Amino acid sequence: MIRDITIGQFFPGDSVIHRLDPRVKIIATLLFIIELFIVDNFLGFAIAALCLGVVINVSKVPLGYIVRGLKPIIIILLFTFTLNMFMIDGHVIWKWGFLELTEEGLRTAVFMAVRLILLIIGSSMLTLCTRPLSLTDGIERLLSPFKKIGVPAHEIAMMMTIALRFIPTLLEETDKIMKAQQARGADFETGNLIHRAKSLIPILVPLFVSAFRIAQDLAMAMEARCYRGGENRTRMNEMKLKKRDYTALVLLTMFLAVIITESKLF
Amino acid sequence: MSIRVENLIHIYDKGMPTEQLALDNISFAADDGRMVGIIGHTGSGKSTLLQHLNGLLRPDSGKIIIGDTDITQPGVSMVEIRKKIGLVFQYPEYQLFEETVAKDVAFGPKNLGLSREEIDERVREAIELVGLDYEEMKDRSPFELSGGQKRRVAIAGVVAMRPEVLILDEPTAGLDPKAHKDVLNMVEEVHKRTGNITILVSHNMADIARLCDKIIVIDSGKLITSGTPYEVFSKKEELRAVGLELPPVTRFTETLRERGIDLAATILDTDTAAEQIAAYLKGKAK
Repeated sequence: MIRDITIGQFFPGDSVIHRLDPRVKIIATLLFIIELFIVDNFLGFAIAALCLGVVINVSKVPLGYIVRGLKPIIIILLFTFTLNMFMIDGHVIWKWGFLELTEEGLRTAVFMAVRLILLIIGSSMLTLCTRPLSLTDGIERLLSPFKKIGVPAHEIAMMMTIALRFIPTLLEETDKIMKAQQARGADFETGNLIHRAKSLIPILVPLFVSAFRIAQDLAMAMEARCYRGGENRTRMNEMKLKKRDYTALVLLTMFLAVIITESKLF
Repeated sequence: MSIRVENLIHIYDKGMPTEQLALDNISFAADDGRMVGIIGHTGSGKSTLLQHLNGLLRPDSGKIIIGDTDITQPGVSMVEIRKKIGLVFQYPEYQLFEETVAKDVAFGPKNLGLSREEIDERVREAIELVGLDYEEMKDRSPFELSGGQKRRVAIAGVVAMRPEVLILDEPTAGLDPKAHKDVLNMVEEVHKRTGNITILVSHNMADIARLCDKIIVIDSGKLITSGTPYEVFSKKEELRAVGLELPPVTRFTETLRERGIDLAATILDTDTAAEQIAAYLKGKAK
C-alpha cells in the first residue's frame, strides 16, 4: 500500500532529462504549471500533454509507474469532478431531484480533471528524474538571490534535503511498526471509520517516538561534524549550465510561446 | 503441535526491474518443546522467513503447516494464525505505545477478542513470566523504563497471546552484556515453562549453540545446512563460506586441535572444554 506512492520518488535513470541541470528542470516545471493555468481550451491541453509525453518518453520512466502515482489523488479527482458536474449553472442535459447536470458543468469537470492530472504528472516528472539532493541544491541556488532580503536559502534547502532523505526511512519505520502491531493481532483494514482511526494510534505513537529519536540522532551527528549553517560552505559539485541545458531552455521558451499564442488565438 | 515448512519460495517485487529471490526453496520442521535457531548473515532472508511464518507475507509457492492447518491457504483467518504464532520483531520496544505497561501488554490479547478477566490474567502472567514485577510495573509508562525492561515488556506483549510457536528475531540486539544475558535466560525460562516451539534468530553463535536443539543456516535465501548444534558447527568450512563463525569456545578448541592437542571435536560449551583441556594436561603430566 505504502509502496504505491510514487509522488516525490526518484526513478533511477541516465536519460537526458535525468542529466539536465536541476535549476532548468525546476524552472521548466514551474512554467509548465503556470501554462496549465493559462490554457483555456482542450487544444492547449493537447499540446501540453504532447510535450509532456515527449519528456516522459525521453526520460525512459515507465508510463505505468507514473500513472500509479495518480492513485492517491483519485478521490480528490472524483470529488472535484462530481462537484463541477452538478454545481455549474447552464444548459441542463440531465436532471434527477435537485441534481442538475449541465453541459457547461460537464465541460468544466472534464477540463479541471485533465488539468489536475497533467499537473500531478508534470510535477512528479521533476522528482522522478531528479535526485533529491540535486533538487534541493537547485532550489538553494534559485533562492540565493533572495538571501539579500533575508530568505534563509541554505536552511530551507537543508530542511528539504533532510525531509526528502527521511521519507523512505519513515516509510520503512511505518512498515516495521505496522507489521509488529499486526503480529500482535492489530487490524487496520476492517471496521468503521472511528474504529479504523483508533487503530492508527498503535502506529502513530511509536512512529512519532521514532521520528524524534531519529531527529535527535541526526542533530547530534551534524553538530559533531561542526555543522554551522550555510555561511561560507563550498560544495563538491558546482552546478554549471551545459549545452543541453541551453537547448532545454530554448525548447521551453518555444513551448511557452506556443501555449500563449494558442490561448490568445482560440 | 508441530511446524512444517515445505519448499517455501518468495520473490520481492515480482515483475519489476528490482525483482529479487528472497527465499529459495526453504524446508524445515520442528516439534513441540524444541528450540530452533536460525542463523545467517544480514540480508540472508531470515526476516523474510519469519514474516511468512506469521502470515505477514505470503509465499509465491510452498506450504507452511502449523498443527494441521496450512496457513498459506486462502481463507485461513489471520486471528487464528496469530493465536498460534507469536512473532517478536527486532527492537520490539519501538512498538510500545500505550500509557501503561499493563495496557500495552493487553493490546495483543484484546485483539484476540478475549474476555476482560482472561486478558487481566494473561497480562499478569506474561509480565511475571518475562521476569518483571506485575504490581510494580503495571501502572508505569513503558517509555520511562530502561532498555532491557522495555524489551521485556515488548516480549511480554507477545507472550500474553499464548502462542504455540514463539518466534524471536534477535531478542538481544543492542543490549548491554547484562541485559543480554537476562533476556536470554528469560527466553529460555519462557520456553521451558510453556513447553512450546521457540524459534530464535541470533548472530550470537554461542547463544545459539547453548540454547537450541536444532539449527538452520540460511544464506541468500537458500537453506545451507540444518541439524543439531553439533552437526552444524562441525561443518566449519561450510559456515565460513557463508561468512559465519563458530562459537568462541569451539573456535578456541578447534585451534588447539589444529595445533595437535588431542581434544574431542566440536566442543560447544566452556565446561566440556575445560574438562577436556584439564584431562589433556593431566595426561601430559604423567
